[in-house]
Amino acid sequence: MAEAMLAVDDLHAWYGESHILHGVKFNIAKGEVVTLLGRNGAGKTTTMKSIMGIVANRKGSIAFEGTETIGLASHKIARLGLAFCPEERGIFASLDVKENLMLPPQVAPGGLGIDTIFELFPNLRERLSSQGTKLSGGEQQMLAIGRILRTGAKLLLLDEPTEGLAPVIVQQIGATIRRLKKDGFTILLVEQNFRFAATVADRHYVMEHGHVVDEFANSDLDANMDKLHEYLGV
Amino acid sequence: MPDIFGIPPQALFGQLLLGLINGAFYAQLSLGLAIIFGLLNIINFTHGAQYMMGAFVAWMLLNWLGLGYWWALLVAPVVVGAFGILIERTMLRHLYKLDHLYGLLLTFGIALIVQGLFRDQFGSTGLPYRIPAELRGGTDLGFMFMPNYRGWVVVVSLVVCFGTWFVIEKTKLGSYLRAATENPALVQSFGVNVPRMVMLTYGFGVGLAAFTGVLAAPIYQVSPLMGADIIIVVFAVVVIGGMGSILGSILTGFGLGIVEGLTKVFYPEASSTVIFVVMVIVLLIKPAGLFGRAR
Ligand SMILES: Nc1ncnc2c1ncn2[C@@H]1O[C@H](COP(=O)(O)OP(=O)(O)OP(=O)(O)O)[C@@H](O)[C@H]1O
Ligand SMILES: [Mg+2]
Repeated sequence: MAEAMLAVDDLHAWYGESHILHGVKFNIAKGEVVTLLGRNGAGKTTTMKSIMGIVANRKGSIAFEGTETIGLASHKIARLGLAFCPEERGIFASLDVKENLMLPPQVAPGGLGIDTIFELFPNLRERLSSQGTKLSGGEQQMLAIGRILRTGAKLLLLDEPTEGLAPVIVQQIGATIRRLKKDGFTILLVEQNFRFAATVADRHYVMEHGHVVDEFANSDLDANMDKLHEYLGV
Repeated sequence: MPDIFGIPPQALFGQLLLGLINGAFYAQLSLGLAIIFGLLNIINFTHGAQYMMGAFVAWMLLNWLGLGYWWALLVAPVVVGAFGILIERTMLRHLYKLDHLYGLLLTFGIALIVQGLFRDQFGSTGLPYRIPAELRGGTDLGFMFMPNYRGWVVVVSLVVCFGTWFVIEKTKLGSYLRAATENPALVQSFGVNVPRMVMLTYGFGVGLAAFTGVLAAPIYQVSPLMGADIIIVVFAVVVIGGMGSILGSILTGFGLGIVEGLTKVFYPEASSTVIFVVMVIVLLIKPAGLFGRAR
């Protein structure tokens, strides 16, 4: 495998006293779309927040393009070119849609232009002066993804972007992810819905109880379906 | 000019102006408290002491260094704001994740220490601070005679308050501040240096209190307890306006100053309690305050 863009090794993380991640290890090559699958509470969100430094109490190694980030503050990590779209979407109620969209500062050259973002998510253009949280769930998700495409970050961490959305919007987000991959973005995706994950991803990691317990290429998904059903309890 | 409700107009407008001036001080102080509370989650009980320090820095600049009022307006907020930043760096930052009570106790303790030190040095009688030469005298407005310095205070306060409101509500910098007030961790994960923003915001809020202290120095005397006296009323203003609302603090501050002034004209006995009566009524009807959102 080529030099990893992101290499996570022996990652431990804590919320207060509770030890949540127990030596997570995985990596992502440049240009890949990789998912973290796993049941509720497996530690997928905690893994993403540890990568971003939002969960600051963490140990082990997280190397982004060769730079060790485990000791860095969250804003410094972002400035290396990573961006995070949280599970709860994180749209700001005291900002209108335009302010939400323009909020994340540029961290590197080469982000998508605002017109390209409107092309991906035409709904946003119509709603620019609405209060951020007045949007529908699907529109809020588009806003949450759209705002991190502007910044020039090349590795996107998307935490359950399809959760609770109507099928047509799930399809739109799937198409967006494929398009972003074609544009050269690298994407780490957390998903519960592995059928959706199979339509966008190159590889999958499975998490359980704060460990990565398995790994499949997307092309081997069918062969591993029984195991996967067991991991995910579906 | 005829009397209005049996009150000579000069007395009525005089009290209104005085009310407006008090209101200007309330507005600036509660504005600083609101900004600090929003971003830091700290009820800054040192605010009154920092206002007092602003007035004292003005007095010291004049009497020890010969630097006058205009210098004081510039230097006092910077000096006292830097003192605030020192407190934020060394103490407050450890409390953000804890209950409000801890921040309140710490800042209250600091206020007592600061006031004690100043009382020890300067005694508790007020020290005079002269109105700057450029603003002495007054102007005849036809319906009243207005001391120039008082007009200046009202105008400056309006500019400062609405300027601050504009920056917070209408600019890019303000959108960082509003967003970080809602979800600091997420804003930081976008690459914004939120800890530095928090530090500078506290410095700004404290500097605003000191600026208000300089404005107040020629009107009241400069005394170690001037902050303790006004801060109780300011907290009532904050409760009435709704903790954390920017526009709410400004409007409530000016509004209650005027209410207080009018009460002095029509029912002087109640003038020192009217704000607390309003507070009780507002709390009964709208517990989150006039402009507050229930949390
Ligand atoms: N803020 C927190 N404080 C304490 N424990 C937490 C906190 N957030 C999550 N946890 C715990 O950490 C564990 C992992 O949670 P995490 O959110 O990473 O799971 P997840 O795999 O993303 O699950 P889901 O699919 O439900 O989103 C869970 O046991 C959860 O209860
Ligand atoms: Mg999760």
